[in-house]
Amino acid sequence: MNKLQLNGAEILIECLLEQGVDTIFGFPGGRVIPIYDALYKYKDKINHYLTSHEQGASHAADGYARSTGKVGVCLATSGPGATNLVTGIATAYMDSSPMVAITGNVPVPMLGKDSFQEVDITGITMPITKHNFIVKDVNELAETVRQAFHIARSDRPGPVLIDIPSDIQTASCNFSAKTPLAAVRESTRITPQKLNEAAELIHAAKRPLIYTGGGVIASEASAELCEFAAILGAPVCVSAMGIGGFPSSNEMHVGMIGMHGTAVANTLATECDFLIAIGARFSDRVVNNANGFASGAKVLHIDIDAAEIDKNICTAYSIVGDVKKVLSLLNPLLKKQDCTEWKNRVSELKAKYPNVQREASGALEGQYVIQRLSALAADKAIFVTDVGQHQMWACLNLQIEEPRKFITSGGLGTMGFGLGAAVGAAVANPGVPVINIAGDGCFRMNSIELATAVEYDLPVIEVVINNHVLGMVRQWQKLFFGKRYSATSLHGKVTDFVKLSEAYGAVAFNVTTPEEVDDAILKALALKKPCVINCEIGQDESVFPMVPLGKGVGQFILKEAE
Amino acid sequence: MRHILSIVVINNAGVLGRVVGLFSRRGYNIDSLSVGTSEDQRYARITVSVQGDDQVVAQIQKQVAKLVDVQDVFELKPECAIFRELCLVKVEATAAARPDIFNVASVFRANIIDVSTKTITMELNGDLDKTNAFIELMKPYGILEIVRTGLAAIARGAEKAKI
Repeated sequence: MNKLQLNGAEILIECLLEQGVDTIFGFPGGRVIPIYDALYKYKDKINHYLTSHEQGASHAADGYARSTGKVGVCLATSGPGATNLVTGIATAYMDSSPMVAITGNVPVPMLGKDSFQEVDITGITMPITKHNFIVKDVNELAETVRQAFHIARSDRPGPVLIDIPSDIQTASCNFSAKTPLAAVRESTRITPQKLNEAAELIHAAKRPLIYTGGGVIASEASAELCEFAAILGAPVCVSAMGIGGFPSSNEMHVGMIGMHGTAVANTLATECDFLIAIGARFSDRVVNNANGFASGAKVLHIDIDAAEIDKNICTAYSIVGDVKKVLSLLNPLLKKQDCTEWKNRVSELKAKYPNVQREASGALEGQYVIQRLSALAADKAIFVTDVGQHQMWACLNLQIEEPRKFITSGGLGTMGFGLGAAVGAAVANPGVPVINIAGDGCFRMNSIELATAVEYDLPVIEVVINNHVLGMVRQWQKLFFGKRYSATSLHGKVTDFVKLSEAYGAVAFNVTTPEEVDDAILKALALKKPCVINCEIGQDESVFPMVPLGKGVGQFILKEAE
Repeated sequence: MRHILSIVVINNAGVLGRVVGLFSRRGYNIDSLSVGTSEDQRYARITVSVQGDDQVVAQIQKQVAKLVDVQDVFELKPECAIFRELCLVKVEATAAARPDIFNVASVFRANIIDVSTKTITMELNGDLDKTNAFIELMKPYGILEIVRTGLAAIARGAEKAKI
């Protein structure tokens, strides 16, 4: 084995290369200068993307990870650099996205003295990382980086932070390369007995409903899921994180379940006698009121994380293990089920509640823009969203056929997530158009990352569904707070998004009528460059169906009370 | 109800914070906590006493088990475990009261560890019930200070934690 004498910064980069990392997103600062110096030395082997803000770097690493399944890496300096990563780390944690965040810190002897730009980032990120490290001995650096990657990608993936004081970056020690450990996916608890019992329960079900989440995508279990659904002849509903894990075009697909779930999925959830949750965690945005959720059903929960079992919903039965492994062992044990009556009920509901609940008014509407995006770009693009009404319209209207083609901040609901994540997805998928569907509130938060898309000439299309209000909060104010529109109007802000985007060097245009939509989308796709489409819609378009807070999922409303 | 959890952790800085954070997040106040090295220097043993709903405590237990630095976590039930706590009690003690206090201490097998002109300090080793009973009996003399280590707990018989 070749032993090299390297400094900590070089060891870090060697370890990144060892893990197969060729891309990192970051922003320099005083306490990571040695790492940036090493990046300069290794610039032929590792591409560093300079974002406008550390938060953008964290979302970019997340978008990179979600669109590939590989570990996304971001880098920031100590203090404010580190704290600016926090929102992105929490976003990745809530959605189980594999990420390694690297921060610099003040030298070890200066720790704990409120030194300039010092912050206890391992303390701050303790509850929002799978694990974190501060390295206080250069001899431990290489093993720490290896362990961080192993943790980030194993079992239920998630973010890991490594804090490296600047004197550790400059200290030297021997380094020898190692082959990285393969990711481990818990499967020791999948026993023949568990599988047989599950099969028996499934065979006894008359009205089974499959509910899937992000775990199907993380585990790359889409093919096994399709087979499972076909054997059962059962409808499949998805959480926001599950979109793409089961093809939208599949006849058993009934759309998203939950607060803004489809009327079909939510009705089936109240009528089913057996609910099979796969790689999903019964989030409160899915369940709403636990007492009104699938109350007539037995629940079988299949998930890699034992801590999710019986957390939000008590289950009759569970299998802890990698979803792909479980389904591939379970499918051969199952007999083809014939639930004709139940299937008829699904068809009946699909006819009663067609996907589009919209009455065309002639004016430009957010949902129409998204439906056209789906029709014109779903076969070639990766979709990303920000958070709010446009996000729910995207969840309800985009036809997503494959995993990793739909990226959204599900658990944390991070406004401003989309553009950074789109940059990361575009870097990871050269030549693939990446469309971020954003609201004007979200675009305003982090539009600065347009500069990044322009600098690296990425085919990122930012579609701003611009209603000049913070629409989702306004919708709640309209429905549940007596139309007291407190601080949700953006009408007073007169920013011209086209001019703003052009100032960043992006192509941009306004769309104000339905007739202009297709042309705008096709033009943006043809450009293969950063492009912003500002779609001016009315302020009163709401997201329906909606289950009011605290109600059972069956108690959805389809429109505002007259 | 009261739950006693025994947790084996890798002896890394910050591990206690990670464990304790999972309890506070669910709004569960830890009644007592004791930490010390185990039979293997690389591992520490944490004993947590917490009041709470069975289902929530079971949930927290699973979340604790997920922490990278946690090797093992299990609940110790009173019927198959031994609980001990060290309690130091300082009471007011005039010369007249001293013999009575000595008597009570002797019944409880508490050791007298310091005597001054106005005070007596005792150490008592026992489970919760014994300690609480002793404190009750000392109250009439005037308790000045109580310092308790928190419960340490170990399974009866051959059962042992995974290290």
